[in-house]
Amino acid sequence: MSAARQRPFRRLSYTAVALLGAGALVAGCTSNTPESSGGGGGGGADAASSNDEPGETVRIGFSAPAADHGWMAGISQAAQAEAERYEDVELVVAEGTNDVSTQISQVETFINEGVDAIVLLPFDGAAMTPVALQAMEAGIPVINVDREFNSPFAARATILGDNYGMGVSAGTYICEQLGDQPDAVVAEIAGIDSLPLTQDRSRGFADALAECGLNVDNRVAAEFTVESGEEAAANLLQAAPQIDALWNHDDDQGVGVLAAINNAGRDEFLMVGGAGSANAMREIESGESVLEATVIYPHTQAADGIALARLIAQDKSMSDLVSQAVPQRIVLNAPVVTAENVDQYIDAAFES
Amino acid sequence: MSGTTTTTTGGAPGASPADSGAAPEGGRAGGFMSGPVGRNLGLVVALAVLCIVGAITAPDRFVDVDNVLTILRLAAVIGVVSIGMTFVIIGGGIDLSVGALVALSSVWATTLATQAMAEDFHWIVMVFTALAVGAGAGLVNGIVIAYGRLVAFIATLAMLVAARGLAEIIANRRTQIVQNRDFLAFFSGDVLGIPTLVIIFALVAVAGWVLLNRTTFGRRTFAVGGNAEAARLAGIRVQRHTMWLYVLSGVTCGIAAVMLMARTTTGSSTHGTLYELDAIAAVVIGGTLLIGGRGTIVGSVLGVLIFETLGNIFTLNNLSSSAQAVATGVIIVLAVLLQMRFATGSFSLRRLGRGSGAGNPPAPASASGTASGGSVPGGPGGPAPGATTDRPKT
Repeated sequence: MSAARQRPFRRLSYTAVALLGAGALVAGCTSNTPESSGGGGGGGADAASSNDEPGETVRIGFSAPAADHGWMAGISQAAQAEAERYEDVELVVAEGTNDVSTQISQVETFINEGVDAIVLLPFDGAAMTPVALQAMEAGIPVINVDREFNSPFAARATILGDNYGMGVSAGTYICEQLGDQPDAVVAEIAGIDSLPLTQDRSRGFADALAECGLNVDNRVAAEFTVESGEEAAANLLQAAPQIDALWNHDDDQGVGVLAAINNAGRDEFLMVGGAGSANAMREIESGESVLEATVIYPHTQAADGIALARLIAQDKSMSDLVSQAVPQRIVLNAPVVTAENVDQYIDAAFES
Repeated sequence: MSGTTTTTTGGAPGASPADSGAAPEGGRAGGFMSGPVGRNLGLVVALAVLCIVGAITAPDRFVDVDNVLTILRLAAVIGVVSIGMTFVIIGGGIDLSVGALVALSSVWATTLATQAMAEDFHWIVMVFTALAVGAGAGLVNGIVIAYGRLVAFIATLAMLVAARGLAEIIANRRTQIVQNRDFLAFFSGDVLGIPTLVIIFALVAVAGWVLLNRTTFGRRTFAVGGNAEAARLAGIRVQRHTMWLYVLSGVTCGIAAVMLMARTTTGSSTHGTLYELDAIAAVVIGGTLLIGGRGTIVGSVLGVLIFETLGNIFTLNNLSSSAQAVATGVIIVLAVLLQMRFATGSFSLRRLGRGSGAGNPPAPASASGTASGGSVPGGPGGPAPGATTDRPKT
């Protein structure tokens, strides 16, 4: 009996070994060396100014959410690339996190270490406000990136992408392309609907469309992931048998949106993207895709934050401005990339 | 819903003879005999109500072959995962790691190295990689749970976190585009107008149904989930069986990953987010007991279809995703209530007796009695039939 019991167990372990062996074979496949990518380009070759000369060395603390999709990964890479450009900047990077309390403790650590400036892209702006105030009170300038604090005293300088402006840019472009067709069908694939940034984008889009007498006929929300984009787009295409223009908020989910469009064999409309990933720009460049344009939401804003932090810590001002001291608030432009100007942007775009 | 009605009408009347005597619909199509008629009938009614709502609110667009195929195609991926989940839950476990395993498999199968091999040899390399990764991760789950004696909830929760992390490391948090055109052409094409993804889903569902209801493996699954101790005394190697259940779930995740790669043309560490909850919801409204020992494949398939149809109707009517989330919650409660109504309505006395027992997992008679209702026609009702039927065979 016991022998009979033993055997299946041995056979089992053979099976297990065989499976593990197959796994080990497969393990060789994890190699993933990407071709050299143009992504993550921080600052380019700017005009030389006295600001570029090395000053006293400053330590800058940098904290951002987890790089779980292309744009956020681009943010961290561009910030680090920018810091490496200066020999007088020592960048202390905290591990990206989507947990507010972890991010708070990261900032507290920066305060205790006594860094010269903190560049902070909060996971949640409101939740990070108290600890940013604490840093400012300790005499450490905080540069707030992308998601705004809810107190003006919590940051020395704020640098933001323009979500409302993105919607306006996309809407204006669609107005230009469709011209005077008041009954044109316009569809929108939004990102995560509960985020204020998504609501801002949709508001800007609707406002710009209203200028030329259009409105959003079909609207669905995805979740910034490829898969959710595909699912939302597949259902949307069924809901609207005839579309004239489509705005998709995010180029990461746009990969899925394009897959769904190809699958349905639809090409009667023009599509505008958002964020400005390198894949989206390659689609635009090819000229064969329904994706004709994308609106940039700069992934270089944390890199700009690093540059501002250096200037503030060294008591310099922005050399091209006449006024002394770095401005309080900078809102970045949201330009539209089309086949005409894509070469200008593609080298600095992030890979999704 | 031409594609689904064949499944649903086949599933509804197909109860075991013991139960269907009192059932409202007397048809005894041999086909899918998988469980008490009442439970699946409740789901069919729920799905039919949804379809009527869809046909009324968006008449020209909902009742359309393309739209039905879209619903089926979207249901296919989560449907395959739900089949594996049904086995695990019937076997008394739970697998929270399915979404992460889909992500890991899809990423592993789309790395540049794998794609280069696929280019040199055949795209089947990518499929094999996805299945092997899914099976391997499922094996780890199974060994840790069965032999390490960890609670399934904790072990698969750990796998959920770890597998998604590993996927992010391998993918370097980028979206990996599938370059192989033959792969995409094969999986996103169709056969006689039916998308390949839907055919794969149907094959997996049928294979799952046969495995659950027509093989010793299936009977043992019910027995292990109904009462592990009784199953052990009956000579079933409970640990080994449990391990295989998680490998099975891992394999279905690998299949789902391949399907998702075809659907989205990418592999990504964000694939399959919250699949664990979608799959568990579908399985549970499909009438499978969360404590194990009872459940049907047909129910799970219907559960998945209900959720996807709901999402489709909301998009067709241009309603917000927040409203859809509320409706999904209401549907879960309503579907389960409907099932209970139909089930108790048809044979109230016996069901009452069973109902009290089913809430109490260690009671061997009630749990495995209901369990074998589908698998051993005429057999249920007696004390621990799972044990008696299995003993001679092992």
